[in-house]
Amino acid sequence: MTASIPCAIAIEGIKFRYPKAKTLALNNVNFSVNKGEIFGLLGPNGGGKSTLFKLLSTAVIPSEGTIRLNGKNPFMPNGGLRHELGVIFQSPSLDSKLTVMENLVYQSLLYGLTGSSMQQRIQELLKRFKLLEKTNEYAGTLSGGLQRRVEIIKALLHDPQIILMDEPSTGLDPLARIDLWNVIKELKESGKTILLTTHLMEEAERCDQLAIMHQGELVAKGSPQTLKEEVGGDVLTLTAREPETLRQKIESDLGLKVSIVDFAVRIETQQGESDIPRLMAVCGSEILTLTLSKPTLEDVFIRRTGHKFS
Amino acid sequence: MKHNQEFFWPAYSLCKREVVRFFRQRSRVIGAIVPPLVFWFLIGSGLGNSFRGSNYLIYLFPGTLVMIVLFTAIFSTISIIEDRREGFLQSVLVAPIAPASVALGKILGGAMIAFLQSMIFVIIAPMLGASFTFLGFVFLLAILFLSAFGLTGLGFLIAWKMDSTQGFHSVMNLFLMPMWFLSGSLFPVEGAPMWLKCVMLFNPLTYSVTAVRMGLFSGNFIVLRSWPGPLFCLAVSLLFCAVTFSAAVLSCSKKTIGENIL
Repeated sequence: MTASIPCAIAIEGIKFRYPKAKTLALNNVNFSVNKGEIFGLLGPNGGGKSTLFKLLSTAVIPSEGTIRLNGKNPFMPNGGLRHELGVIFQSPSLDSKLTVMENLVYQSLLYGLTGSSMQQRIQELLKRFKLLEKTNEYAGTLSGGLQRRVEIIKALLHDPQIILMDEPSTGLDPLARIDLWNVIKELKESGKTILLTTHLMEEAERCDQLAIMHQGELVAKGSPQTLKEEVGGDVLTLTAREPETLRQKIESDLGLKVSIVDFAVRIETQQGESDIPRLMAVCGSEILTLTLSKPTLEDVFIRRTGHKFS
Repeated sequence: MKHNQEFFWPAYSLCKREVVRFFRQRSRVIGAIVPPLVFWFLIGSGLGNSFRGSNYLIYLFPGTLVMIVLFTAIFSTISIIEDRREGFLQSVLVAPIAPASVALGKILGGAMIAFLQSMIFVIIAPMLGASFTFLGFVFLLAILFLSAFGLTGLGFLIAWKMDSTQGFHSVMNLFLMPMWFLSGSLFPVEGAPMWLKCVMLFNPLTYSVTAVRMGLFSGNFIVLRSWPGPLFCLAVSLLFCAVTFSAAVLSCSKKTIGENIL
């Protein structure tokens, strides 16, 4: 991350409290997103991703801190910056009683796009997203995957530079998910910056950069690769009838660093394969199952928060 | 140019969508016209014999026209609650649009629906003995449109903060129906007891009903000398529009720190 490239999104010291809520939904969140990146906000439900998303979409004003989009404050009056922002919400924003075409025309008009340039842009996007033959169908009759595609077109009509997606793969079948990711990659290739929220590990793996959120706080940031390397080595996960006794035994007899996460005994080690025979020799009778794995983003989450990702 | 982009086209978009959606849902079209018609026919016929000297069906007609406007205008603003619940409003609220444009688009759309619905009823008016001069007809159209705009604005104000249509219906019954009862639709202001008369004189709908009556029967008799006169009614209707519209703009542009507008 070089300082000379201006950031597409820069967030500093963001705090947010919902009216009447006792705790902060976001507590001192800082991160920046470079231009042309796919940036993922990963976290369990209720971690604060969606709140942060609302702030970025300018629907909600932060209680404290600053947000800069392309170096500018999006909360200035007259919403001039909103032209640079394309927002795809988690819950559908299509009008189910209107046709695909009508949905797109009305959305274009909201952004001041009219006449032949509007028609051209709509046709171009319908073609690109293979929706030309659905133009005159009511949005409510389309499948979830197709509706999501129309949502994406809606957000791209005014050719925004920054695209925000809230849990874009919610409600999509595996095929539609692959399709979605092809679109996301295509957008990246055309120079757009994409920020998406997700609670799916495999989706987070595909991002260039990640910020992991837990209980309103940012617990880790970096590329998926770097984050996993940070955990390093192997992860051994053991289940047992008496996890606590097993933990004490392994610590005292083998000198390994052991933690208990949700009743499972978890060992981060440099040489998992050679540790397994030693473990079996010392306490094989107490172990019910034993799993050896390379660290995943879930392990990163566990290491940073001490909680299982769920 | 920029003004067009952030004001005119978004308002046009929201307004047109409103009208298209309404006429696509046949039950809503019928629901706004038939009940007032039935109401008018039953009450008018039933009470007619008890009213001496004049035809009550004809007396009730202007009020019924205003009731159609009231029903359609108010119910069209339920779409705001639906838009919020179904998610459509999300994309409107993050678009680069002036709040006044959101209010204007929604209110104008609802007002046009209400105005068009009342026109269907105006067509049958001559069959009931109404005859209007050209000026009277223009006046009638102006009053109907202004009433539609003002009432949709009122509906917008009520609906903007609400998250359920049930709540909307209770406000309708508690507040809007009495507003219609006390507008001179059912009984003339002059005959009401003093306290009721005071309430009726502060009710903007009283002036709508009076003006619609003047317009509908402009060819039958001259009403210029009576109070309130046509210009006064027009002024009250304009003021009603201005007040509700400004309040609607204020309520949808309020965006304080920490407030969640989605």
